Amino acid sequence: MFGDSIRKCLAGLQGTQTWRVGIAVIAKENYPLYIRSVASQSELKFHYTVHTSLDVVEEKISAVGKSLGDQRELYLGLLYPTEDYKVYGYVTNSKVKFVIVVDSSNTSLRDNEIRSMFRKLHNSFTDVMCNPFHNPGDPIQSKAFDGIVSGMMVQTG
Amino acid sequence: MATSQWDLPPELCCRPMAFVALTGLDVTYNAVHRAIWDAFCANRRADRVPISFKVLLGDHEYPKCRTKRTSYEWYIPKGILKTGWMNKHLNLVPALVVLFYELDWDHPQWKEKQSECATKVEIVRTSLQGRNTKVAVVLIQKKTPLPPGEDLVASERASTLCNACDLSGKSLFVLPHTDHLVGYIIRLENAFYEHAHTYYYTEIRRVKSHKEFLNKTTHQLLFVRHQFKMAFFSELKQDTQNALKYYRTSYSLVHELRTHETNILEIKTLAGFINYKICRLCFQHNTPLDAIAQFRKHIDLCKKKIGSAELAFEHAAWMSKQFQSFGELFDEAIKLGLTAIQTQNPGFYYQQAASYSQERKQQAQQLCQAAVNYPAPNPLDNLIGGLDFYGQRPWRQGHQSIDPPDTEKEKSGIVALQIKERNVPHSELIIALLSNAVAQFKKYKCPRMKSHLMVQMGEEYYHAKDFAKALKLLDYVMCDYRTERWFALLTSILTVALRCAWLMGSVRDYTLYCMELLGRASTLNDEQKSRIEKNFMKVLENEVPDAEPECDPSSVNAATALWNDCTAVTGTKELHLEVQDYVPFIQCKGRFISPSFHVDQLILIQVFLRSDGPHPVSVSKLSVSLSNQDYNQWCVEESTAHHNITLFPGKPKIFDFNFVAKIEDVGKKIEMTSIELMLGGANRRLLVVSWRGAGGDVASAHEALQASRSSRRWGRSLETDWDCLSLQNSTMIISRVPKISLQLSHQPPALTNEMYCINITVQSHEEGVAKDVRLTAGLKPGQDANLSQTTYTTLDGSRVCDHSAPPLLPDVHLGDLHPGEQLQTSVYVKCVSTGSRVFLFHVAYTMDTLVEGRPLVCKCHKDETITIETVVPFEVSMKFVSTKFEALDQLPVDIPFLLITDILSSSSWPLLLTSSSLQLLHLTTSAPQLDPQLNSQIHRVVLQKGECATECFCLRCPPLTSNTSSTSPVATGHYLISWRRQSSCSDSPQITTSFTLPAFVMEPVPVYINADVPSFGRVRESLPVCYYIENRTALAQEVEMAVEPSEAFMFSGLKQVRLRILPGSKQQMLYNYYPLMAGYQTLPQLNVVLPRCPSSSSSHALRRFLPQRIFIKPQGQPADDVSIAA
Repeated sequence: MFGDSIRKCLAGLQGTQTWRVGIAVIAKENYPLYIRSVASQSELKFHYTVHTSLDVVEEKISAVGKSLGDQRELYLGLLYPTEDYKVYGYVTNSKVKFVIVVDSSNTSLRDNEIRSMFRKLHNSFTDVMCNPFHNPGDPIQSKAFDGIVSGMMVQTG
Repeated sequence: MATSQWDLPPELCCRPMAFVALTGLDVTYNAVHRAIWDAFCANRRADRVPISFKVLLGDHEYPKCRTKRTSYEWYIPKGILKTGWMNKHLNLVPALVVLFYELDWDHPQWKEKQSECATKVEIVRTSLQGRNTKVAVVLIQKKTPLPPGEDLVASERASTLCNACDLSGKSLFVLPHTDHLVGYIIRLENAFYEHAHTYYYTEIRRVKSHKEFLNKTTHQLLFVRHQFKMAFFSELKQDTQNALKYYRTSYSLVHELRTHETNILEIKTLAGFINYKICRLCFQHNTPLDAIAQFRKHIDLCKKKIGSAELAFEHAAWMSKQFQSFGELFDEAIKLGLTAIQTQNPGFYYQQAASYSQERKQQAQQLCQAAVNYPAPNPLDNLIGGLDFYGQRPWRQGHQSIDPPDTEKEKSGIVALQIKERNVPHSELIIALLSNAVAQFKKYKCPRMKSHLMVQMGEEYYHAKDFAKALKLLDYVMCDYRTERWFALLTSILTVALRCAWLMGSVRDYTLYCMELLGRASTLNDEQKSRIEKNFMKVLENEVPDAEPECDPSSVNAATALWNDCTAVTGTKELHLEVQDYVPFIQCKGRFISPSFHVDQLILIQVFLRSDGPHPVSVSKLSVSLSNQDYNQWCVEESTAHHNITLFPGKPKIFDFNFVAKIEDVGKKIEMTSIELMLGGANRRLLVVSWRGAGGDVASAHEALQASRSSRRWGRSLETDWDCLSLQNSTMIISRVPKISLQLSHQPPALTNEMYCINITVQSHEEGVAKDVRLTAGLKPGQDANLSQTTYTTLDGSRVCDHSAPPLLPDVHLGDLHPGEQLQTSVYVKCVSTGSRVFLFHVAYTMDTLVEGRPLVCKCHKDETITIETVVPFEVSMKFVSTKFEALDQLPVDIPFLLITDILSSSSWPLLLTSSSLQLLHLTTSAPQLDPQLNSQIHRVVLQKGECATECFCLRCPPLTSNTSSTSPVATGHYLISWRRQSSCSDSPQITTSFTLPAFVMEPVPVYINADVPSFGRVRESLPVCYYIENRTALAQEVEMAVEPSEAFMFSGLKQVRLRILPGSKQQMLYNYYPLMAGYQTLPQLNVVLPRCPSSSSSHALRRFLPQRIFIKPQGQPADDVSIAA
């Protein structure tokens, strides 16, 4: 199955991107809490993209830590552009990371819209955390959160 | 790596430098010429002008210049840029030809030489027919030239030579072959550089002048070509700003060309060249952002220009090369001082290049399958040798129209290219690019990106069938994904690694990856897990496991052979796997059920096993290894015919082990060193899975943390609570609990210096005899060092112990203690200083016991500590006063005075003062002859807290001996008090506490006057008073005495007298006073004056020993008299 997806994701390089957008929530300790992309067959590549983007997120967080007392902005902006996609990052105060990956052919999305997507995501995430039956650190399994993410994907995809 | 058609030509990538040809130098045989040539070549550092020199023969044939076109009207260009053009201007057509000629101004055959030189110049000129190349002559001379203008012969001959050679004066140089060769050479080359500059300037002008003849329909290619040429000449001229401008124009013109399938490769090739030049110049101008922007634009423009679908791999190859070249340029700029950042570094370009190479490989695999036979007349073979124009097809060079001239030829050309592509070592290219990218990302702190690329490298090695390398890389990065808990990625890597391991026939790796893919970190579905488990079982059964799906069929056969070989060996094959650093499908957690055990208790170990696989697994043996290997025999569980250990999926199984600790291990730690689980069995494959310590794996720590955070704790069974199970890998063996009681009775606080009694009662509650009971009592070690020097412990309470007694009494034998009996003993402690102390009472004994039917000699002990405060029993104050109870600040010599001591009890217990004594120094009792020893006034006095006892002693300083200093204070002695607690028994020792009497300065009294006065007088009754005046000096003293009148007294005697007293003698003066008033009355004042020594003894000083007042009783009745007498 996975060998299969590797091949498919290589095929994905040929200009026909199989996912338009993907959303991921990463725990403080950098393991995934929630990962969702539009097309499931290139899920693996999406995982890799999110994982590698953590390098930049970590670097940005540590750069802020050096100058004490300065209020960090949660939105980290465009992490890095590549040929095929753009990766945006957002870090909550508890160091939970949100990553949104957008196809680079999608030029209609502006920075402001990405920001508001993150804010929406953060609100929904806070709701999940407020659920007394949710154990922080466990993968997110919430219909409401799913709904919000699906809404964003429809909107942007 | 061999050069491929996609590599940029070296003449494009080098830095263009002006080309100057040197002729007439014989560098092989002529030493002077050699030296000149070396001076030109050697040490070409950045501060020298950028010229590339070449030595050519005088009759060297330069490339022929084609006749210049006068009209472009009917001219149709065949391509954009000729392949030879750049090289021609870099290495073949010089900007300047310099002719070296040996000729001194005063050469005897000047005429002949001059014409020879002219001939040589003419030869060069002819060869350069039609070109604008300059010619210059350098005369190599042996003599140092005179300053200009002084050598008339020289200037005259120079001008004739110029005329003969048709040279301008500026093109004739003289090179004296003397000491300063390098200096002359540098001046020469600067002059050459000027000439070259002019040459390239005119070349640019020439190319520019063509522009007006061109029209936009047919000569589009020429627009590009001319701009490129101008840019290139500018570069040769070192005018990089203009070069960049021309290249930019050229670049935009390239994209204005009409593209169609036949010319798209040529356009892309040229666009790539020009882009390379632009980026290179931007980096050189230190504007890296411009370079990046240009590159992005270039990629965006060219990305979609794929061209012929059958040759799509060519586009990918070209794209890959674009990224790679840019990455190299970027990297080079960094080496020259540019700083890159994490999100903008050459790694991204190498990565993208690799990604396009992967794409190329995919397309090549898809497109090149069909081609079978290489076409018979090789369409790629070019008889002329190479292409005329960059980016054209060999089978239709110069063809510029939209349709290919010959469809057959076109087809065979494509087939030839496809077949050629099949032989390209794609994986090699991809791996090289990936490893470049890995190096960059490592430098710019992107560990995850690095891991990702290494996974790709591993996969590429797998595709290239280098399984060993693939496995090494994958295994290396796997642990990063495992520890960071990206299990989907881990599963995908494991899947590839499993295939590699199978194809290599590596049993160990194969088994390990199977175990992890069956585990909970694997995201495979049940069907896949079942298949892997079946293979895993086959390994245990020593059979060949099935090939992994998607394995290359050609490799499968070879791998099967490997597996057959390794299963063919008979006998039991053991395979040890340590799985702690993985996430295996069998989980193991071990624990001692308590962090400590008493030596007479059974030590209990629990081992929990759980299988996450899809089917039950049977285990042949489970064993725990402990730090003391003697216990290992008790911790083994084996599967037998009757008792089969099977782990059911998701159902934890508990194994209990127990053993009795050895007495030597008391106070030591027992640790689990490993837990081993054996799968499979004899004559098959025996798989030993081991965990270090108490088990657990990479994921279990996180799971335990999550479980501890979870709020859902109610109603949990072991299945759901598996994550909560904590490991306990060690336990402490502690001694048996003593069953005795230790009671201490004492009366705190302790008093300083007393023998403080502590009664100890040891009561046995044991069932057997407590043997060899020993007591250790005293100051607890580890307190302030001063305390151990001021505390003394003894068992003997009958006398006060001395300084030899230790602070802690060790191992006092108390004998055996039978069940229910008790032992009593007392310990005495003497504390010399106040403060609080901690005392330790430690009773140890041995006991014979039975643990699980085994006799065991246990040592038990019980400790008790108490804190005792030590206080002073009483405070003593001492003072010296005169006989008139006036405070003394000096002690008068040989005159009686008083010592008063106050003893104030501060003890909360009643004190019995048995006696006191004085040890005097320099002092005696007031009448030493009569009473040499003073009697104590506090014999057997009991003081309660706060009560005070006072004693008074009359003392006297003996007369001063000559050697006693009279000015310094003198020690006066000690005051000793003997005492004990009233409550202590009468035979308990008395404690003597010593106090030092205050030191005093002795005061000699030269003339001593005292009075003999009755204790009282009576009104109107005679009161005889006798004054004694004693001369203690060695001289006769004259004394004037007068008695002043007083209201209260009448008196008889000498009112005023003057007398002389001899040394050592005494004068008595008798007065009869007659009191007139009752009550306390001041005696008539006696004025004494020593006229001989008025300073030392004022009247007041002399009078101080005299009584001042006296009590006068009123005149009474005779009856009263009686009562008073009574």
